[in-house]
Amino acid sequence: MVELTGLPAVEAKNVSKTFGAGPDAVVALDNVSVTIQQNEFFTLLGPSGCGKTTLLRLIAGFELPTAGSILLEGQEVAHLPPYKRMVNTVFQSYALFPHLTVAENIGFGLKMLGRRRAERDAQVEKMLRLVKMEAMRNRKVHQISGGQQQRVALARALAPHPKVLLLDEPLSALDLKLRKEMQIELKRLQHETGITFIFVTHDQEEALTMSDRIAVMSHGKILQIGTANEIYEHPVDRFVADFIGETNFIEAEVMQRIGNQGQIRLPSGLSIKHELDPIAAVGGKVTLAIRPERIDLVKPGADCQLSGKVENIVYFGTDTHFHIDLDTGGDLMVRVQNRRGFQEVLKTGDTVGLRIAPEAMQVLKD
Amino acid sequence: MATTELTAPTPGPAAPEPAPSAQLSNAQQAAVRIEDKARISRWLLTAPAFVTISIFGVLPLLIIIIYSFLKAAPYGGVVWSPSVEAYVSFLFQADIFTDELVFSPDFLQIYVRSFIFAVGTTVICLFLGFPTAYFMATRSPRQRNWWVLLITIPFWSNLLVRTLAIMFIIRDEGLLNNVLIGLGITKAPITILYTDFAIVLGLFYSFLPFMVLPLYASLEKLDFRLVEAGYDLYASRPKVLFRIIIPLSRPGIIAGCLLVFIPALGAYVTPLILGGGRHMMIGDLIAQQFGSGRNWPLGAAQALILMSAVLVALFFYVRATTGKMKHGQG
Repeated sequence: MVELTGLPAVEAKNVSKTFGAGPDAVVALDNVSVTIQQNEFFTLLGPSGCGKTTLLRLIAGFELPTAGSILLEGQEVAHLPPYKRMVNTVFQSYALFPHLTVAENIGFGLKMLGRRRAERDAQVEKMLRLVKMEAMRNRKVHQISGGQQQRVALARALAPHPKVLLLDEPLSALDLKLRKEMQIELKRLQHETGITFIFVTHDQEEALTMSDRIAVMSHGKILQIGTANEIYEHPVDRFVADFIGETNFIEAEVMQRIGNQGQIRLPSGLSIKHELDPIAAVGGKVTLAIRPERIDLVKPGADCQLSGKVENIVYFGTDTHFHIDLDTGGDLMVRVQNRRGFQEVLKTGDTVGLRIAPEAMQVLKD
Repeated sequence: MATTELTAPTPGPAAPEPAPSAQLSNAQQAAVRIEDKARISRWLLTAPAFVTISIFGVLPLLIIIIYSFLKAAPYGGVVWSPSVEAYVSFLFQADIFTDELVFSPDFLQIYVRSFIFAVGTTVICLFLGFPTAYFMATRSPRQRNWWVLLITIPFWSNLLVRTLAIMFIIRDEGLLNNVLIGLGITKAPITILYTDFAIVLGLFYSFLPFMVLPLYASLEKLDFRLVEAGYDLYASRPKVLFRIIIPLSRPGIIAGCLLVFIPALGAYVTPLILGGGRHMMIGDLIAQQFGSGRNWPLGAAQALILMSAVLVALFFYVRATTGKMKHGQG
């Protein structure tokens, strides 16, 4: 187990990274600060090119920051080469050594650290058991399947018992079923080893299901850090709301405000009370984010905020997606669970009312 | 399968043996016909390879083998009577007066020296070629092509011309000695030309590209993410070199060493020019038998002995390197 020093596992302070120079320079990270606690399953989430992998590589030591500092358990490591940081990486390509066996791959880090043979062998055995690869110990890397290679890569990175394990989209090469299995497996490994995991992914579902906390990144910046629930239910801006799950956006006008509470008017003319961001001024526009599953379809005319026509119905097994053309212009997506109810009788072209609980409407900064 | 039907044992000797085709249905016969056609076209398609190998590979070797077991004609060529004289005279010399066979290590010495020169050349090429190839393989793809071009440019000019150029550089009044004297490093010219050093220098220069190119080819394919993984797993730079880069570029090292060692062993022009004929290598020796020596069978025998020696060396070399591989990979 990792001894808890009380210090954060990783701290990035005002880290910037620019590749190249002059007019061709690319800013991969723009003044990023983040604190990752001991024992946390922390996810860096964002589309490709958002800088998440660059941040991971800076923590690993493969790149040097252009500015800022990186602390590992309170110690500045930005200047240390990767082989002097107690941090290990699970690479997206696994990067297993093809000239070594499964067991030799797992033992490589310990060997380089100069551990005695007996200690090494014991740890390799433990790791083989941990990832359930005991039967494959003498196989070459090319003699095992992709999922097994993934396990070996994990075991190899965990064997030296690093302070932090960095995982660079490790599941992206696996098929869906295996990926689901490995997600559970990773959570189990993190729990059993007590090592801080920093996980990079572009898959929002993966991030939501696995992480203690998530940092959503875009264009070299961290937009929001929070638990899965916080990020899903209270996205700070349009990008986060759009990137995590599916979201409907509705423009609304601020009618009046008293303190944090305000009155906003929907395009349908209906006005509702809502908590408002300090920057939203009276007369200004705000964007409301509404999750498709938080909208109820009801008979038109009933107490509903919006109304429209069913444009398209897509059946998904557990639920059905309705695309609604709003009477006030624009469209919305509504997701209804498949159980007995009003939605069963709906056909394309029907007129419906939409009922949205006020707390389901998230006012965005942007 | 139709063919297994054909070869199936017929029941008992009492039963009259029917023609095999009679046992086959029409469909099976058609299948046999298609197979026959496929077999014929396969033969036709492989024929060019067989002809090439026979005419340019097997036939010349057969001629050499046959000649080595014949008697030498007085003015070159062979007398068609079987003899092992050529092989005997490789190690023994007939005493002029008594005709008694006396052990003579002259040829053997040349062989041993040639082996030492060839091994030395290979080692020097490997030690200087590896960093060169590594440098080339780690450049940007655009730059790499330029470096490969620069390495291959010497191939565009004649080896003889290049060897003569070396001669002019290293001779007593040559460029190198002039520079050394001019800089006051030495007072009298250093004799380099016509020494063993000159031969190895020439061989190294001629064969360096043969080492660099296969090394480059295998280093270029090297997945540098593995190098990164090595650093991540606490391997310092030297450890990454010896535990990851070198083991993974072993095919290139083996190919490069073979491509340098074998031609260096049989080199002819370089030792002739830079060794001044005083420091003979196998190639010169064999050429001499077919030329002024007028002993074709002896030349043929010497060539075959060289070939056998190379094969034996190769056998041990390959066994040692692949053995290491097996060990390294479990």
